[in-house]
Amino acid sequence: MPKLIIDGQEIEVPAEYTLLQACEEAGAEIPRFCYHERLSIAGNCRMCLVEVKGGPPKPVASCAMGVRDLRPGPNGEPPVVMTRSPMVKKAREGVMEFLLINHPLDCPICDQGGECDLQDQAMAYGVDTSRFHENKRAVEDKYIGPLVKTSMNRCIHCTRCVRFTAEVAGVGDLGAIGRGEDMEITTYLEHALGSELQANVIDLCPVGALTSKPYAFKARPWELTKTESVDVMDAVGSAIRVDSRGREVMRILPRINEAVNEEWISDKTRFVWDGLKTQRLDRPYIRENGRLRPASWAEAFAAIAARVKGTAPDRIGAIAGDLASVEDMFALKSLVAGLGSPHLDCRQDGSTLDPANGRASYLFNATIEGIEQADAILIVGSNPRREAPVLNARIRKRWRMAPVAIGVVGENADLTYSYDYLGAGPDTLADVAAGKGAFAEAFAKAERPLVIVGQGALAREDGAAILGLAARLGARDGWNGLSVLHTAAARVGGLDLGFVPGEGGMAARAMAKAGALDVLFLLGADEIEIEPGAFVVYQGTHGDRGAHRADVILPGAAYTEKSGLYVNTEGRVQRANRAVFPPGDAREDWAILRALSDVLGKRLPFDSLDGLRQALFTAHPHFARLDEIATGDAAGLERLAKAKGKPGKAPFASPVTDFYLTNPIARASAVMAECSALAAGRLPQAAE
Amino acid sequence: MLADRDRIFTNLYGLHSPGLKAAQMRGAWDGTKFLLEKGRDWVINEMKASGLRGRGGAGFPTGLKWSFMPKQSDGRPHYLVVNADESEPGTCKDREIMRHDPHLLIEGCLIASFAMGAHACYIYIRGEYVREREALQRAVDEAYEARLVGKDNVHGWPFDIYVHHGAGAYICGEETALLESLEGKKGMPRLKPPFPANMGLYGCPTTVNNVESIAVAGTILRRGAAWFAGIGRPNNVGTKLFCVSGHVNTPCNVEEEMGITFRELIDRHCGGIRGGWDNLLCVIPGGSSVPLVPAHEIADAYMDFDTLRGLKSGLGTAAVIVMDKSTDIVRAIARLSYFYKHESCGQCTPCREGTGWMWRVLTRMAEGRAHKREIDMLLDVTYQVEGHTICALGDAAAWPVQGLIRHFRHEIEKRIDEYAANPADAGVRDPEMMAAE
Repeated sequence: MPKLIIDGQEIEVPAEYTLLQACEEAGAEIPRFCYHERLSIAGNCRMCLVEVKGGPPKPVASCAMGVRDLRPGPNGEPPVVMTRSPMVKKAREGVMEFLLINHPLDCPICDQGGECDLQDQAMAYGVDTSRFHENKRAVEDKYIGPLVKTSMNRCIHCTRCVRFTAEVAGVGDLGAIGRGEDMEITTYLEHALGSELQANVIDLCPVGALTSKPYAFKARPWELTKTESVDVMDAVGSAIRVDSRGREVMRILPRINEAVNEEWISDKTRFVWDGLKTQRLDRPYIRENGRLRPASWAEAFAAIAARVKGTAPDRIGAIAGDLASVEDMFALKSLVAGLGSPHLDCRQDGSTLDPANGRASYLFNATIEGIEQADAILIVGSNPRREAPVLNARIRKRWRMAPVAIGVVGENADLTYSYDYLGAGPDTLADVAAGKGAFAEAFAKAERPLVIVGQGALAREDGAAILGLAARLGARDGWNGLSVLHTAAARVGGLDLGFVPGEGGMAARAMAKAGALDVLFLLGADEIEIEPGAFVVYQGTHGDRGAHRADVILPGAAYTEKSGLYVNTEGRVQRANRAVFPPGDAREDWAILRALSDVLGKRLPFDSLDGLRQALFTAHPHFARLDEIATGDAAGLERLAKAKGKPGKAPFASPVTDFYLTNPIARASAVMAECSALAAGRLPQAAE
Repeated sequence: MLADRDRIFTNLYGLHSPGLKAAQMRGAWDGTKFLLEKGRDWVINEMKASGLRGRGGAGFPTGLKWSFMPKQSDGRPHYLVVNADESEPGTCKDREIMRHDPHLLIEGCLIASFAMGAHACYIYIRGEYVREREALQRAVDEAYEARLVGKDNVHGWPFDIYVHHGAGAYICGEETALLESLEGKKGMPRLKPPFPANMGLYGCPTTVNNVESIAVAGTILRRGAAWFAGIGRPNNVGTKLFCVSGHVNTPCNVEEEMGITFRELIDRHCGGIRGGWDNLLCVIPGGSSVPLVPAHEIADAYMDFDTLRGLKSGLGTAAVIVMDKSTDIVRAIARLSYFYKHESCGQCTPCREGTGWMWRVLTRMAEGRAHKREIDMLLDVTYQVEGHTICALGDAAAWPVQGLIRHFRHEIEKRIDEYAANPADAGVRDPEMMAAE
């Protein structure tokens, strides 16, 4: 490893390091605007200049200079780098002055205020006065979609947004037109950005040029309470930070979690918060004479108890929805077990995944980080761009790192990377498994193949047979490439809990049939249509499909309003934390179930969330290990692979047809509705 | 004074046909095969020995540049790129070569490509050079026809030559911006290192040379390095095309020996300064991007790289812009400043913001609407731009301003005093309009 002397301190760094990395390693702080760890190097802001002794008598952009490009001294002395010399100080002040001459002094009305790189660095590295007395440049603001607000006067042309959209998001929507001081960042003819990850440019923008449109002028960063949590909009479990003020969630930002979302989140994750405030169920309701009327908790519980008492246990069932936490489902499962019913299910989409085959049969076994190690990728019955945009960005990252064979069986959609489209249905998958075709041959040779199986391939009659085929394809010695991509945040937790039909029990779709059951509990289950007949108790957060069908409504807490465990598609146990309280009379779901159990005479054996968790951890110890993945037992997988089912003929279709409207919270969000309309081409765009 | 027998560009004025036949009669393509048969090392050593310094402006030894190309290909092809994006204000030497002596350039391309193991050469022509492109293309077609170049040519070195027409941006004359543009991207300079010799066009080893540097190669090899090295002054040898414009009686392009004095160059070829030598104010000796030199310093100076560098200017492209005492020198430099503001690519901060700032301040100074303390501020801004940018456009924008302040500070101060004495007269003018005049 080459040696360097940075600010008088000798340090050894890997040869592939840039000077900026080396300086940071040595503890020197280097200001920067255009440089970002996860984007390509542009070297255009010139803020990271340092002095290198022996080179040309001018400062060097440390972000772009490699350590191996430095020449040692005449007698082999290590190169000398200075980050605090007068030359560097002068250079930084100069660049800062240039950045500020055309930057408006509108910090008091700028949403970036308080979290602005330019503000911070101007304080640290700038001078206190301006020598620029000409008129400042004025740039027209651009429309680039309903999520990102532009204020282009403030742009410092670092091109982070351009590089993000081109490199990570994989759309070429943003670019710069014009040159010199007339250069402007825009989309082609001011069309809206077409990426599900577009709003990450808000975080990347070092100034207030790109800010959050729905959050505009709502709050200042220093008045917000920050709560670290996890996202439930998809099954990836992105790390988020919920910023709240009083009882309101003001915004949602990503946190860094290298293993899951790096530092990106999808637009749905970021902007769903306005859905947390509308269409909320804030008090219990009872249906009388075909109409729902507000009721007290006691009335609601009494109505349920009256109905349950006269019903045989095997005429009672429960379905858990996509946003339920592990604790909620554990409480419901305990209650249903107490009532003596075998009918419970967390798979409202009709998925055939079965926990009896072991944990390895329903996890994303390769892990999200493992995507980067994969040497061949087969996507079956999934559109990861719509089902899990952040995970799709990881696949794209892998594709950009080095050539990799990617095949798709299912929808032929734009996934932001090129792939071999193999076919639409199970026949094609069988061909790949049989080694027919060039892709299949390459796949068979792969040492770490990745088979991503989506719910589009599993939530169907022949799902088990298809999973068996996929399991065979992905198996290698010491590598399990079978990776199930879930779409529901609650699903893996539910399967881990065994929230599936017991002996003689019915699956969700059977329970929903007319005449199947007399009493049906829905724990936030909105993605399934319950046919007329059964008495439906809906416990949830939003006046959505489930609530419309309900006979009794119990208002619950959304994911930002309770502490709850969620298990992501990899099987990683993560905890969401409470940022605000539920509105009105709404309560945390486990507490509702505990209170209901008392009224039903089947009191649950815990009186606090801690008590519930203790019982949960005793029954399922792996839930206690936060941020870890308990690896599944591969034995079930082998059994699965050997099972001879007969796959059908129907083509695979992704279960997510509209990325922006996949759950009750998103459907209550005006922002998501606008995005959805825009994506479907229902909204006219600027300049058209 | 260069003897006629030592001229390389014998058809500089287009008095004869630019066609292949005529070019061959003037000596082009003579014994090229024989030169190639002497081998790569011989060609490069001969070029090194000739002392030829790059004619594009920086004056880097051409032979040395060629020798930077990897000796053995690692599987990647090598490329020669000829920079014919001649956009430097005042410069029009490559234009004449492409119009009237294109075969010297094409022959040079073959030799240079052979010397660096390249089988393909791209000539990137400035967008405004439409007729020149046609002329050059015609010559290339002739050469293909005669099997002088092509996959299976008489010289035994498979070689293709492509003429690429730019879109008219000054910055695309910067070698890495040129490569970006050639690849179909926005013409923005790349970060260096890696240098083009290592990672150039399409990520392959590439050498970018000026038209004149390439066009003289054939003749140098034919007549021998010693001949070329014998012309001019030590370290500044050979012949050079000078483009004299401005306040001389007969502006012209002329091939002269390096190190001719300015006085001889003007008196012999340009009919003297308009209004006589006493009327000379200053000279920009190397294209708009080098600092101006006042009359008393330039009059008897040698026109070569090292002498002019000693005068804190440079030979650049040898585009000599002569200004007599009728020139409003502050406005002249303000106009150059506008050019650099207009041509800045906008990629990096100091150049993007600094060029506009310098131009605006200079425009005010041209009218006198400024404070004297702003002169030092302007000078400081030029130093903040110089050396802080990705490419040399920042330097090129800063140097003329530095030259102005170095030699004509009194002129700026006089303007400011005049305006301060009678501010109503001048009125405020729109800088854009002023630049457009």
